[in-house]
Amino acid sequence: MVNRNSIISGIDWWTIILYLVIALFGWLNIYGASYTFDQTSLFDLSNRAGKQFLWIGIACILGIAVLFIEGRTYEVTAYLIYAFWILVLLATPFLAHNTKGSMSWIDIGPLKFQPAELAKMITALALAKYMGRYDYRVRSWRDLLVPVLLFALPAFIIMVWQRETGSALVFVSFLIMFYRFGMSGYVLTGGLSFALLFICSIRFGGVALPWGAGNVGVLICYLILMAVIVGFMWLQERDGVHALILCGIVILAYGAGLIVNIWHTVNFNLVSLIALLASLLYFSILSIYRRHFSLLLVTAYVAVALLFCEACTMVFDKVLQPHQRTRIEVLLGLKDDPTGAGYNVNQSLIAIGSGQFTGKGFLKGTQTKLRFVPEQDTDFIFCTVGEEWGFIGSAGLLIVYLIFILRLIVIAERQRDNYSRIYAYCVVGIFFFHLTINVGMVLGLLPVIGIPLPLFSYGGSSMISFTLLLAVLLRLDAERLNKLV
Amino acid sequence: MTNDPYSKRPYLIAGSVVLVVMIFIVRLFWLQVIDQSQKQKADNNALLRQVIYPSRGLIYDRHGELLVFNQPIYEVTLIMQEMRHGFDTVAFCQCLGIDSLDFAKRIDAMRDKRRNRGFSTYTPQVFMAQLTKQEVASLRETSYKFPGAGIRKRTLRGYSYPYAAHILGSVGEVSQTDIDRDAYYQSGDYAGRDGLERTYEQRLRGTKGVEVIMRDSRGRIQGSYHDGAEDVEAVTGTDLHLSLDIHLQALAEQMLAGKVGSAVAIEPATGEILALASAPTWNPDILVGKQRSAQYHRLLNDPGKPLINRATQAMYPPGSTFKTLQTVICLEEGGITPQSKYPCSGPGSSPIKCTHHHGSPVDLLEAIEQSCNPYFWCAFRDMLQRDGYGDNNATFRKRYDLWREDVLKFGLGQRFQDTDIGEQASGAIPTQRLFNRTYGEKGWKAITIRSLSIGQGEVLATPLQLANQAATLANRGYYITPHLNTELTNNPALRHETGIARQWFDLTAEGMHRVMTKGTGRWYNIDSLQMCGKTGTAQNPHGKDHAIFIGFAPKDNPKIAVAVVVENAGFGATWAAPMASLMIEQYLTGTVTRKHIYNKMVNTVLTHPSSDNTN
Repeated sequence: MVNRNSIISGIDWWTIILYLVIALFGWLNIYGASYTFDQTSLFDLSNRAGKQFLWIGIACILGIAVLFIEGRTYEVTAYLIYAFWILVLLATPFLAHNTKGSMSWIDIGPLKFQPAELAKMITALALAKYMGRYDYRVRSWRDLLVPVLLFALPAFIIMVWQRETGSALVFVSFLIMFYRFGMSGYVLTGGLSFALLFICSIRFGGVALPWGAGNVGVLICYLILMAVIVGFMWLQERDGVHALILCGIVILAYGAGLIVNIWHTVNFNLVSLIALLASLLYFSILSIYRRHFSLLLVTAYVAVALLFCEACTMVFDKVLQPHQRTRIEVLLGLKDDPTGAGYNVNQSLIAIGSGQFTGKGFLKGTQTKLRFVPEQDTDFIFCTVGEEWGFIGSAGLLIVYLIFILRLIVIAERQRDNYSRIYAYCVVGIFFFHLTINVGMVLGLLPVIGIPLPLFSYGGSSMISFTLLLAVLLRLDAERLNKLV
Repeated sequence: MTNDPYSKRPYLIAGSVVLVVMIFIVRLFWLQVIDQSQKQKADNNALLRQVIYPSRGLIYDRHGELLVFNQPIYEVTLIMQEMRHGFDTVAFCQCLGIDSLDFAKRIDAMRDKRRNRGFSTYTPQVFMAQLTKQEVASLRETSYKFPGAGIRKRTLRGYSYPYAAHILGSVGEVSQTDIDRDAYYQSGDYAGRDGLERTYEQRLRGTKGVEVIMRDSRGRIQGSYHDGAEDVEAVTGTDLHLSLDIHLQALAEQMLAGKVGSAVAIEPATGEILALASAPTWNPDILVGKQRSAQYHRLLNDPGKPLINRATQAMYPPGSTFKTLQTVICLEEGGITPQSKYPCSGPGSSPIKCTHHHGSPVDLLEAIEQSCNPYFWCAFRDMLQRDGYGDNNATFRKRYDLWREDVLKFGLGQRFQDTDIGEQASGAIPTQRLFNRTYGEKGWKAITIRSLSIGQGEVLATPLQLANQAATLANRGYYITPHLNTELTNNPALRHETGIARQWFDLTAEGMHRVMTKGTGRWYNIDSLQMCGKTGTAQNPHGKDHAIFIGFAPKDNPKIAVAVVVENAGFGATWAAPMASLMIEQYLTGTVTRKHIYNKMVNTVLTHPSSDNTN
């Protein structure tokens, strides 16, 4: 059995200190953000800072309680809890009231609770249990089917049933864990490349080429895909000659297009398509001829990507909801309407920019105080940091987060059993994803997706969920020395 | 987990975390340290710089009577950005008593960036200006119904007396040119447009203050920024104490009513202007507030041209009043002596007729007294020809230049540069060049320019210059530049010497005294006041002669010098002399005893009624 002293001595105090730094700095900033010039106490429960302090307190108590629960307990009950929570997620919309189109909040007395927050931890535990088995290996896609289903199910429920896109997207963060445990890097890069293609085709889809007919979006997307083909030929096949031949095909196609364009307007979207199909055909025939059938995956990828590009505009116009469409358009610079859809981001940038190098000082920010930035104590809390603490404070906070996540990676790597390690990487992924999306959004680099800054944003559900997420990890970590390998 | 085939991947993951954080930090550095535009936007966002308008300096007369003060008016402002939320246009129009068409027009005008460069949908913009307290009362009560609407207090000028419109000038909205020239002004500001309001704009306007207030994203005021540390108090404009005697001014304007002309009175010892009246004129109250622009246009288009300050901008031949100055100069430059006598054949005289019947020959004092034209022609001739004509008439022309320089020393022929009267005409004393051009250097002689001897021909003077000439005579040889602001009085730079011997002035004063006791001014003399004067009847191409009078009193140690011009009124003795006499009496004794003269002056109309703008 585990010795209580060894648990305490095995606790990773680094994580606890970083946790407290982030949470208490967050609490100060929530006070700053909700401060309205006449408020006096940091602890007054009628304001958000006071409430956040209460939440931090409750979260710590729960966290400490968790530290005393044996790690084995989660492993045993993981599926049970998972199943129960799926039911809770399904039931939520019936108990929830509509908050800005989202149906994810349950009222418990005077408090509001978002089950989706805790779903991340519960899914992580279930994944860890499934993938942590001694006999589990990723040999084929079938081995990934169950884990993918495990995180896709709650994500699907949250996105479609609860209409809470942000929280659902967080489940993508589990891909980082999959990557660590053998998922091909092509899945991640492939996924990223699809995002890139999407952005390019939307952003430049309306920009006409300076010559002939066609648009810049299609040209860029197709050139990227042709670069992928040439790149595989050159780097994977180490066949420079055929890479040059592929380049020649492309240059030939565009050259011919440009020459014909002198007399007759040429549709360069079509030229790109012909060039791409020709090089793809050449590439595929060569792969079959050489019996390098794995290269046909590249063919498949390019073909799918091609269809994806064509479908992008259609998806963008028909599938996305209008507010999501405008958010993406604003982010990509297609719409500039400071008082409309881009208002949040615009005000957020103004607030951060006005902080300058050293900031305006605690409680002295005007932008956040005067409520120019919406959601300034929840999703946009980073603005307050930027405005009141300046570059020094906000960059400092980011570095604290960086150290924190790197510390989590260190913890994950030192786990001796797969169960703890998988769980730890889930935690790493969740924190990393939240940080990237939240700060990226506040800095105007990513679309506005409403997810909180972990341990920092105002909110009991997220505070408690993140604390529990960490507490379980710390307990598992503390037990690592007692476990047999 | 030994033999982990993916052992490099933790580094890749850690590397991507580092990369993302680095990207964020670079972005932060760009936003917060390099790009300064966000800071500006933040201030515009949250800080409302509300201008605090200072009250304009007051204007007092020489006895401390308040002439110009400030009265509160109100303007209705709108913040377009906030009007979106349920703004009841119909009720709003009703409150202000305008119709929806007018509303739309005003909104358009407000939004027109060419006319309103400072337009912004986030800041209060003037929708209707210059409303009275009563006009905004109903809006004030119900303003909560109209988000974005506000009422702002401004001040307008008010006048204690309906007089001195030309001198005081008026205050109006600044033009785009003003704004471009002086960064102090913003669209919608008021500034002095003419008269003293313009001359002393810098000191009267004071300094605008700024109240920096914070407002939230909905424009609600959240209090002062930094506890008012960045606020700037408005500095009230400096008051102006004029040398004007408002009662004398009133008398002059009342007498000029129904006539075209002007009257100027100066305290000779100080150069302080006691009265400066021009007719036709207007009540300064009409160029204030909403009616300003309509009234201004009415004045502008009035055939009587009331906007011209005739006292300083109209030029007349001085006529016989010029003889006083001729006396002094001819004596000084030689050619005549106090004992010189010349014959006069009355209207039969040649080359210049005399308009009066008197004995012959006449001596100097008699000539002044009787305004004898032949005497002054002869004196002028003899003065110019004293040394003969010389080669190519050079000696004669040198004598002419000498004469001209002497005339200029009386302040004639040029604008007063060191005064505070903005609108002035220069008058004219012909140069040698003018005659050389017209007649050739040898082609003109004394006889050619004989009209000058009696103040006709190419000589032109403004009433202000005539009054200053009278003051110079009163001072026996110097003048202090006439001015309105008493602060200028003790400035030694304003004293201008003629350099002419005092005895000639004493003699002239004696002659002018005789004008009032025995001569052309004797009907309007008051013995005890020792009046000195000279009448003039200036021929002009515009119709009947102008009646002119200059004078001062008392003869010794004079307290007031006066010039009066009544256009196309006939003899100077008939219209100008009585007015001047009454003004002298008013100023020296405080009352007007000769009511019959006063009544005649006030009640006679010598102009077409349509051009009469007096009150």
